[in-house]
Amino acid sequence: MTHRLVRAASLVGLLVLLALVPKLDFGLGVLLPGALSSPGTLQLLAVCLVFAAVALSYDLLFGFTGLLSFGHALYFAAGVYVSDVAVTKWHWSFWEACLATAGVGIALPAVVGWISLRTSGIAFAMVTLAFAQAGAILVQKNPRGWTGGDEGLGYDYERIPSAFVGVFNTRNLYWLALGYAVAVVLVVAWVVRSSPGHVWQAIRENERRAEVLGLATRRYKLLAFVVASFLATVGGVVYMLAVNGADPSVTTPDFTLMLLVMVVLGGSGTLWGPVLGGALYWYAEQRLLAVGGSHEIQSLPAVLRTPLSQPLFILGTLFVLAVFFAPGGLAGIGARGRSGAAGVRRLRSAMREAFRLGAREGA
Amino acid sequence: MSTFVLLTVTGLGLGAMYFLVASGLSLIYGLMGVLNFAHGSFLTVGAYAAWFTESKLGGISPVALRFLLASLVGLAAGAVFAVLVELILIRPLYLRHIEQVLVTVGLALATTALVQGIWGNDSRILATPRWFAGTTEVAGAHIPNDRWVDIGAALLLLAALKAFLRYTRYGLVIRAGVENRAMVTALGIDVRRAFTIVFAIGGVAAALAGVLSSVYFTSITPGRGTSLLIYAFIVVVIGRLGSLGGSAVASVVVGLAQQYVNYYSTGLGDLSVVLLLALVLLARPATLAGRTA
Amino acid sequence: MALLLEVRDLHVRLGGSHVLQGVSFQVEEGGVTALLGRNGVGKTTTLRAILGLVPREGAVSLAGAPIEQEPTHRIVRRGIGYVPEDRDVFAGLTVRENLELAVRDGAPRYELVFGLFPELRERADQRAGTLSGGQQQMLAIARALLNPNRLLLIDEPTKGLAPALVTDVAAALERIAQTETALLVEQNLGVVRRVATSIVVLDQGRVVHTGSGADLDDDALVNRLLGAGHAT
Repeated sequence: MTHRLVRAASLVGLLVLLALVPKLDFGLGVLLPGALSSPGTLQLLAVCLVFAAVALSYDLLFGFTGLLSFGHALYFAAGVYVSDVAVTKWHWSFWEACLATAGVGIALPAVVGWISLRTSGIAFAMVTLAFAQAGAILVQKNPRGWTGGDEGLGYDYERIPSAFVGVFNTRNLYWLALGYAVAVVLVVAWVVRSSPGHVWQAIRENERRAEVLGLATRRYKLLAFVVASFLATVGGVVYMLAVNGADPSVTTPDFTLMLLVMVVLGGSGTLWGPVLGGALYWYAEQRLLAVGGSHEIQSLPAVLRTPLSQPLFILGTLFVLAVFFAPGGLAGIGARGRSGAAGVRRLRSAMREAFRLGAREGA
Repeated sequence: MSTFVLLTVTGLGLGAMYFLVASGLSLIYGLMGVLNFAHGSFLTVGAYAAWFTESKLGGISPVALRFLLASLVGLAAGAVFAVLVELILIRPLYLRHIEQVLVTVGLALATTALVQGIWGNDSRILATPRWFAGTTEVAGAHIPNDRWVDIGAALLLLAALKAFLRYTRYGLVIRAGVENRAMVTALGIDVRRAFTIVFAIGGVAAALAGVLSSVYFTSITPGRGTSLLIYAFIVVVIGRLGSLGGSAVASVVVGLAQQYVNYYSTGLGDLSVVLLLALVLLARPATLAGRTA
Repeated sequence: MALLLEVRDLHVRLGGSHVLQGVSFQVEEGGVTALLGRNGVGKTTTLRAILGLVPREGAVSLAGAPIEQEPTHRIVRRGIGYVPEDRDVFAGLTVRENLELAVRDGAPRYELVFGLFPELRERADQRAGTLSGGQQQMLAIARALLNPNRLLLIDEPTKGLAPALVTDVAAALERIAQTETALLVEQNLGVVRRVATSIVVLDQGRVVHTGSGADLDDDALVNRLLGAGHAT
């Protein structure tokens, strides 16, 4: 009981601390681009918070339901582009645009999920990737000049609520991102404990068994797909506000792969792992880009300089190493410190997997 | 009519490239259950190795010989890289399919970034024999000659793979392993050797696609591997995972559809392929739970 | 008689259930040891665990050499022929290819297997998937017999076969039993009585009885171990 109280108190404390960041006037040296309250830092942190939550929404699929989707970028990008295009090109009011984006955020994954879930496992990964690619192509083709193609599309600031526009209002964006992140954590925490959440985890453990128990697994997987995608779409709107518009990088397969890396590095199937992984990954990539261009790196011999100035090379390599040596991610390392339970769980799930394959091959 | 012939041959050339990538993906998946996301990296490694070799062989003429030597180095590099990936990264994670996918994802990210870091984002041009740039007239259409090379290479690969699978001991092991890997080991056969072989085959075929795509698209870029890989995924799913013949037919269908639609509807060909995938999936009965394909 | 196979304290856990809970038994060289028990007590799992086809703990040795750390293909190369429960012939391969694949080294005994199952010679170029159930079973047995073996592991060879075919397979088993050592899982007690020299009975993942083949003539014992309806 006291344990839970301490936990709750520290969470509230953390939240208050995060909420107070725009009020803190000191910096942290090279760790941040400027003082905590500076617009540069706040924007970086706001995007970190957005990716923390979007990574968690991806974990709802990958970690909690066992669905390996390579197309999560599509739903995040839908949030970014639909809201931006509606406001900037169709001249809708911001709130109308939000409503339309929410509609797309439910209808699009419902249709795509319904088709993709006719396959499973690795085919599902390939099919979701293909659909996301269709989104990327659409944005790149720039139909009627709506999406801006490779250039991206800066938003029409006159139609964005004034509280979110301008350098001085970056703190409001930060608070909006924090609110979004907290909301996603609460929703995911609640939904994985709900009865569909239990079914999702049963599907992850052994889909065939869940099916034998009479559960319509495909319907539950579709629900997980829509919920996770919708959360990502909402994040897309917040991101669009935070970076003043849309850029095509959010539609690419690399974007989904980045989410996957965030989740695995943080610890899939946990609540805090992906949050931590998402925030730290984005932070690390941005700072590595800044540091990679720095004088110290540029003066290294080419053999070291070339790889070190490529954040994706470092993160990709780190990712491979993590899969081998820290399969539980950051959350796993933390848990192992407390007990060996995580290792045992991993061993058990590895054996379950081996049995599943053995059973399939025996059949 | 001549336009239609040109579109058809160009579509077949594109399909040939898809098949070079998809055949390896499909074999690897069929035998090992591995989704190899790093397959695009094999393509990239092959293409850049060929380009790099050619740029160092300036003294050798004619161009055709240089191109041939460079291509052979590219194919060898693709094979060696693929075998190393299998031995070092895939094998220790035997039967842990999710981890295997994750490792190939990390590798794909790292390879693309490294190539970008070393040679930049600019496109590189592989010098090709002059005959490649010429055209041949067929039914009034002027067909670029390199299309014939693409189609010929794919047909050759298909025939070679069929013969390998049909007439060799390892081919027998692979065909049996696709059906039931566990039973193959229970006959006293070390099926892991077959894993290395399919990776080597996939590496060579992808590297070949890398060299030929640098002719087809007139240049090499770091991102080409990933973009071709996505269409190869579509081909592999439409052609049913693990089936070589299915991949061959699907490559042709996807390549042709993309070309025709692109011509008659200003650039919707790429989207039409995804639509085709959706229609095929809807027409096909949903797969059962627990099955990967 | 010399000890050929020794299984000690074998445990297997699959999908959260503890299927084998410390199985120990021995197989002597020569003769047929029948592994008996009701459905789902772990007979098939025991064979698969000996071969390393499922993750297992415990000790297994073949002719004195420990094999529990070895991968399946090495264990098999020590001289084990395996006839799996559901035949598991390669449906897309021809009969000839199925047999070729099974050749380990040395001289394959084609005369022996074609002598036992002449039908297979006639159907050598037919795909295994188009064979009848009985023919597939013959192919599965032939595949295991093709190499000289120290030990045969045979899992339910008469399962799902028509009565006439059961008689054929039983006759083949009898001929095999004269020259080979076998560990046989079989539900049909009539067949077992014809070939078994010793028996091991499993129940709920444990060995509950070991004895000679003659024990199967004791109706009361059979009823107690295998349930009513098995005794003749």
